[in-house]
Amino acid sequence: MECVFGLVGKGFAIVAADTSAVHSILLHKNNEDKIMLLDSHKLVAASGEPGDRVQFTEYVQKNVSLYKFRNGIPLTTAAAANFTRGELATALRKNPYSVNILMAGYDEESGASLYYIDYIATLHKVDKGAFGYGSYFSLSTMDRHYREDMSVEEAIELVDKCILEIRSRLVVAPPNFVIKIVDKDGARDYAWRQSVQDVTTAAV
Amino acid sequence: AETLQIVVSSSPVPSHANDKESYLWRSHTGGFGTTLESRGSCKRNQGIENQKKSERKVSSAVSNMSRRYDSRTTIFSPEGRLYQVEYAMEAIGNAGSAIGILAKDGVVLIGEKKVTSKLLQTSTSAEKMYKIDDHVACAVAGIMSDANILINTARVQAQRYTFMYQEPMPVEQLVQSLCDTKQGYTQFGGLRPFGVSFLFAGWDKNHGFQLYMSDPSGNYGGWKAAAVGANNQAAQSILKQDYKDDASREEVVELALKVLSKTMDSTSLTSEKLELAEVFLTPSGSVQYHVHSPESLTKLLVKHGVTQPAAETS
Repeated sequence: MECVFGLVGKGFAIVAADTSAVHSILLHKNNEDKIMLLDSHKLVAASGEPGDRVQFTEYVQKNVSLYKFRNGIPLTTAAAANFTRGELATALRKNPYSVNILMAGYDEESGASLYYIDYIATLHKVDKGAFGYGSYFSLSTMDRHYREDMSVEEAIELVDKCILEIRSRLVVAPPNFVIKIVDKDGARDYAWRQSVQDVTTAAV
Repeated sequence: AETLQIVVSSSPVPSHANDKESYLWRSHTGGFGTTLESRGSCKRNQGIENQKKSERKVSSAVSNMSRRYDSRTTIFSPEGRLYQVEYAMEAIGNAGSAIGILAKDGVVLIGEKKVTSKLLQTSTSAEKMYKIDDHVACAVAGIMSDANILINTARVQAQRYTFMYQEPMPVEQLVQSLCDTKQGYTQFGGLRPFGVSFLFAGWDKNHGFQLYMSDPSGNYGGWKAAAVGANNQAAQSILKQDYKDDASREEVVELALKVLSKTMDSTSLTSEKLELAEVFLTPSGSVQYHVHSPESLTKLLVKHGVTQPAAETS
């Protein structure tokens, strides 16, 4: 039921992920952030087994940092994506990670890019991508409305269309989403879309 | 340890005086002498010799004491030196020289071939220059068989990086990685260091054209111009005077040929004694490693007037 999707616009890339932490029929929390800042100009939106998701994305993040400290220069988005795919591929036939990743980044030489990396180490450079049951709805919506070089406002409109589609048509749709953006100024939070918030006081 | 040998016999004590071919006694220097030395005279003689040695001008870097610290690579001498590493560098000092110079639009590597013979198959065997990856090449000075091992290691490291990141390995990282390997042989394992110095020439998108020199200790540095092998100090000092920043590849080739002609021992420079290679960018933006053919080399030698040895300067 986890929904992750993203797209590339003019000089930026946007990724959105649901924020539900689910165990069987229980919802642990609905504000779990599944989009990690890999470095100043990279985002990793991940879905899958919660333990694997955190373990693997943190492993990639630390290796990306180590590279920067050792060599004085950061990895490009393409290099980081290929490294990530390589680690999944190496683990695949021994003890695979059940993690799907959308990696978004901005490089000065090549602009904004988005990489689709699934749990069996498939790697594709894409303009738009999605994982999970939500992908049935978000990919179709993006295919209908996506254009090259969209502005941030147009892209957010499209993201909201996808979220609306997921909410209205997926049987156990996640209530909340987080949206993050990466462009020449770096990777950062863009917005949350919340339809349910945690109740902090008991109902009387 | 001192051993005492007791011989019981009825024959007279052998002495050089009564029989020229008689037994010679081992002396304190480890050699043989005609008289048997007592412990006292032995110590006295050793003291006199040590005194003489310290008065004598010692040309090599090694004192008598260091013989104890030579044999193991992985220990320091009392003066804090690693003798095996230094001896490795001595070995390189006798090998054919190699010079690398950075130009504005490329890097030039030139090497002196020690193995010259009409019978040598030049198309299949390279002696000084090797390609490590599409964007990195190196020149070698020292023990060729050691160099082959390290060149293979460097090639594997470069491909491993490209396999992981799908992009060419930055030149400095490649040099660093190889030097980490070399350093291992100076610290553990009990194996001798590699008797090779390298000049790495390459291009990457982070720092453009680069030249690195590395030695058996595992140290490396980035250089504008560097020399390794025989007469490298002479070459380095000429380079210090004559090197200019932002020279074109042509000017740098001329400088390289001139420096090598001044420092090479041989009486005349011919194309069969040299290997010349350039690393540069093609107009389409890909890195090219080009080794000059003997014909091209001969033309260059004539063009820059270095076929004869440099005239003696007062």
